[in-house]
Amino acid sequence: MIRRLVRFPWGPMARMAGRRALFAAPVLLAVTFGVFAVAALSPFDPVKAYAGTAGLTASQAELDQLRANLGVDRPLPERWWDWLTSALTGDLGTSAVMRQPVADVIGERVGWSALLALCAFAVAVLAGTGLGVLAARRQGGPLDRAVSSLAYTLEAAPAFWLGLLAIWFFSVRLGVLPSGGLTDAGSDVVTFGQVASHLVLPALVLGLSQLPWFFLYVRQGVADALDEDPVRGARARGVRERRVLLGHGLRSGMLPMLTLIGSRVPELITGALLVETVFSWPGIAAATVQAATSVDFPLLAALTVLATAAVLAGNLLSDLLYGVADPRVGFDG
Amino acid sequence: MTARTARGAAAATLALALITGAAACSAPSAGGAASARADSVVVGTATEPESLSPLLGYGKDGNSKIFDGLLTHDADMKLRPALAEALPEVSADGLTYTYKLRTGVKFSDGQPFSAKDVVFTYRTILDPKTNNASKSELDAVKDVTARGEDTVVFTLKYPYAPFAERTVLPIAPEHIAGRQDVNSGDFTTRPVGTGPYLLTGWSKGEKLSFKANPSYWGGEPAVKKFTMAVIKDDDVRATRLRSGELDAAILPPNLAKGLGRDKGRRTYAAKTFDYRNVTLPTHNTVTGDVAVRQALDIAVDREAMVDRLLEGAGKPAYGPVPTDSPWFTAGTERAHDLDKAKRILDDAGWRTGEDGIRVKDGVRASFPLWYTSGDKIRQDHALAFASDAKKAGIEVRTEAGTWEVIEPRMKTDAVLAGGGSPADPDFDQYLLLTSSLGGDGFNNMARYDNPAVDRALQDARESGDPAARKAAYDTVQRELVKNPGYVFLTHIDHLYVVNDTWDGLSTQVEPHDHGLGAGPWWNVETWKPKQK
Repeated sequence: MIRRLVRFPWGPMARMAGRRALFAAPVLLAVTFGVFAVAALSPFDPVKAYAGTAGLTASQAELDQLRANLGVDRPLPERWWDWLTSALTGDLGTSAVMRQPVADVIGERVGWSALLALCAFAVAVLAGTGLGVLAARRQGGPLDRAVSSLAYTLEAAPAFWLGLLAIWFFSVRLGVLPSGGLTDAGSDVVTFGQVASHLVLPALVLGLSQLPWFFLYVRQGVADALDEDPVRGARARGVRERRVLLGHGLRSGMLPMLTLIGSRVPELITGALLVETVFSWPGIAAATVQAATSVDFPLLAALTVLATAAVLAGNLLSDLLYGVADPRVGFDG
Repeated sequence: MTARTARGAAAATLALALITGAAACSAPSAGGAASARADSVVVGTATEPESLSPLLGYGKDGNSKIFDGLLTHDADMKLRPALAEALPEVSADGLTYTYKLRTGVKFSDGQPFSAKDVVFTYRTILDPKTNNASKSELDAVKDVTARGEDTVVFTLKYPYAPFAERTVLPIAPEHIAGRQDVNSGDFTTRPVGTGPYLLTGWSKGEKLSFKANPSYWGGEPAVKKFTMAVIKDDDVRATRLRSGELDAAILPPNLAKGLGRDKGRRTYAAKTFDYRNVTLPTHNTVTGDVAVRQALDIAVDREAMVDRLLEGAGKPAYGPVPTDSPWFTAGTERAHDLDKAKRILDDAGWRTGEDGIRVKDGVRASFPLWYTSGDKIRQDHALAFASDAKKAGIEVRTEAGTWEVIEPRMKTDAVLAGGGSPADPDFDQYLLLTSSLGGDGFNNMARYDNPAVDRALQDARESGDPAARKAAYDTVQRELVKNPGYVFLTHIDHLYVVNDTWDGLSTQVEPHDHGLGAGPWWNVETWKPKQK
């Protein structure tokens, strides 16, 4: 069924991806400079952040020495250029706030964030699409009304609140799922079973917080499609309901959702930020906040490049999918 | 390039996770609730250290678990020998401290500990290239040298009575830390020390795991596994304690009250030097007036703050020294006396204006008070202080901000500040009150300037005679009654709720910041399983 619905025009797709990649380089460059500039303008003082509570009893001379050691008193373009040139040779520098090479910080954390985000995305897309189609089929029906009102509620609910609610219910009341961390606090080894059980709540919460958008788009798209003449005709010809729903309704209803997939990436990243914090998930999102408030240039720049790349990749993905789903759109880039 | 490397790293991490996962699936799971394990303890804390390198300031106040200092504190905060064999020999002029070292101690990698490691540690911290923000605590040190394998001699620039208190800071191994970049090397996250525990894992923002050091010179601890789970949010920490994932946690008073009543749990309230005060900047026309300072000092209802803001978990504070400390000067307690406060202001010429706020020579008795945003305890204190001041006819305008916003205003605006260091009165008071340190970083934020206090602080720091030191700190506290530089509000108890399964728990008198070293687990290496 899917095979007949979708045909992949590999050539044009690759060309579009290539064009986007070329375009991405200057964007990333501009973004890193922007990050340095904004961070330099921010009221946060990297020296204070580095010193932490010790800074509250440190003498001025000591703070000045620290400023010189950290090299944060140098002019902005110089710092940026140094960072850029060493980054291009593979040296991402040292994170002041983590006291660790940036590559290590990212390497240790990005995998866990990606795992969380992918699972959450899968939950949101699959459940959102499924429920959307079902709701569109009987608009105004009990299922539609129940899920729609739930979706509007979820849309308004902050992710961290959902997280706390989930912890209260599943961990405290029922005691069935762990409330945080990557593994049980007392266990040292990272095992598949441990991670899987600890992943359930954060992925579910993050997925649920994204679900309304997918659900509402699919519901509307499919409902509109079911109202169109070809569908009415198909129904009149006696084509089976299942075929009508998936072949016609879902296919045109999915179009707006495909662009949504890409555009939800930034939202997913900010959502992950709160969810990772609530669940003590050792991902990259928490590090991003710390890097930002501590004006940790090397870490912040690397993380911003990563986030920008994720957004660009998300957009590319949604455009590619859009082109595949609707050949009229094409791959102009 | 960057993105590709990072994505590669992501893929590698994922792959690794799946492989370890697959391998572990065949083995029986060792997980389960934290308390199920008889020899492990999991505690929840709100903060985690930036680094685990003593060279960058980790564990400088002792209790670092991975490391030992030359000296350490016992339950009563008295100094006891640790890596030193005995307390130091101090020369008559107070300028030379000689430590004889314990022999036969090994670092956890098997290499012997010796005097050169001590010299290396102190010299590295004092090196300007080392990014240690607390190095001014060792300001007095002129030089540190090894005399043979087992003797270390410190020579000081000036007599500094509390110096021995500074030598609780942990000793790093030269053969590891000396071979890498002090500020960013491996050692900052994978430390090796002589202490009762070895670090087995540190997932930043999540937890630190330790296991007992089988060859610890003080004997292998009975708690074999020790985990510090880092949970910033108070409610989440309480939840995870209740769900059985944690064996102990630090909690704010309202949450501790609820959980502490559960069967099988105990609440420990640690007495502290942790004060909250209001700075009275001398450069502000209102707070610079001694009459206003005296009036505010007795217009505040400290008892009410302890009862309502801290739910009883604290004490009224009349100075940096808490009332139950041997350093406290009896008789300097000030009762809440609104009428007397009003009288002082009337006598000083502050007349009540039309809106109820006093005025003198065209100056309205009104000043801003900053507190750090997001800190509920400080916010509560600030609002309570403002409401008490209002009753005496002084308007206090409370405002929230980050330190970045507050710092440039500290010269003229009041700040709801906190601090406290129990080891020696010098540690707090010298930085807080010495006039020459006015406005130096965060030292002496109010720019307090009182020659009598300056002299007393100097005498106290140089004198080796405990009686003379006590007399000097008495002078300081009496001066603070006559001319308050700060309105001290409360000393705050730190509350810990712990599952009642171990013997040997106690709390020390705690400082303002409470990281890994404070809490009932300050001596976790000596806990024993409770007899059932």
